[in-house]
Amino acid sequence: MTVFLETCLAVSVGLVAIALVLTAIRVLRGPTEGDRIVAIDLFGVLAVAMIAIFAIWLGEQVFLDAAIALALVAFFGTIAYARFVEHKAALKAKEPSDG
Amino acid sequence: MADLIQALIGILAVGGAVFCLIAAIGVVRLPDALTRMHASSKAGTLGCGLILLSVALFFPGIDVVARAAAAILFLLLTTPVSAHMIGRAIYATGAPLWKGTGVDELKGTQDDPARRLGQ
Repeated sequence: MTVFLETCLAVSVGLVAIALVLTAIRVLRGPTEGDRIVAIDLFGVLAVAMIAIFAIWLGEQVFLDAAIALALVAFFGTIAYARFVEHKAALKAKEPSDG
Repeated sequence: MADLIQALIGILAVGGAVFCLIAAIGVVRLPDALTRMHASSKAGTLGCGLILLSVALFFPGIDVVARAAAAILFLLLTTPVSAHMIGRAIYATGAPLWKGTGVDELKGTQDDPARRLGQ
């Protein structure tokens, strides 16, 4: 591995780490539930990118499988959370007509 | 030649990381939930795709290339679906839109979640 590649990988890890921190700030601050879904979705994608960078840095091919599995789980998690929020909004919208 | 490919891998990785950072900055700085969803889905997918492309170039052998290509394809297939679901959820919760939003074409139509969910 050349020095240039090693430097590039170190810079990439730093940039993605900053991105993860910024996304975590948005998850904590909200303010609406939709913002949290967006941030958690981006957090999953950024984690996949981080694992892919480490696959190059450590020379481990197996990390790519972990990245694919994490992308799958993050997708289903996002879908489930979005459906849950939409369902909750539907229940809330129905309440006045019932009572 | 090998050095050239390593340089290309490094540039792709840094470029992908920069796009990931742009997505995160967009999620923090943009004014409302729908614009944040726009930033995270487009820039995040491009950044992650570029980094996976550099992984495909780094390892010799067709199996890693196939797996990285499958990961990129999966990302490109799932991100629009999840972005659509997130957008629906955001609109259904009645989250406030940015004050500069010009037209809300969905409001009051057949497909307006506020009407559809209330039935």
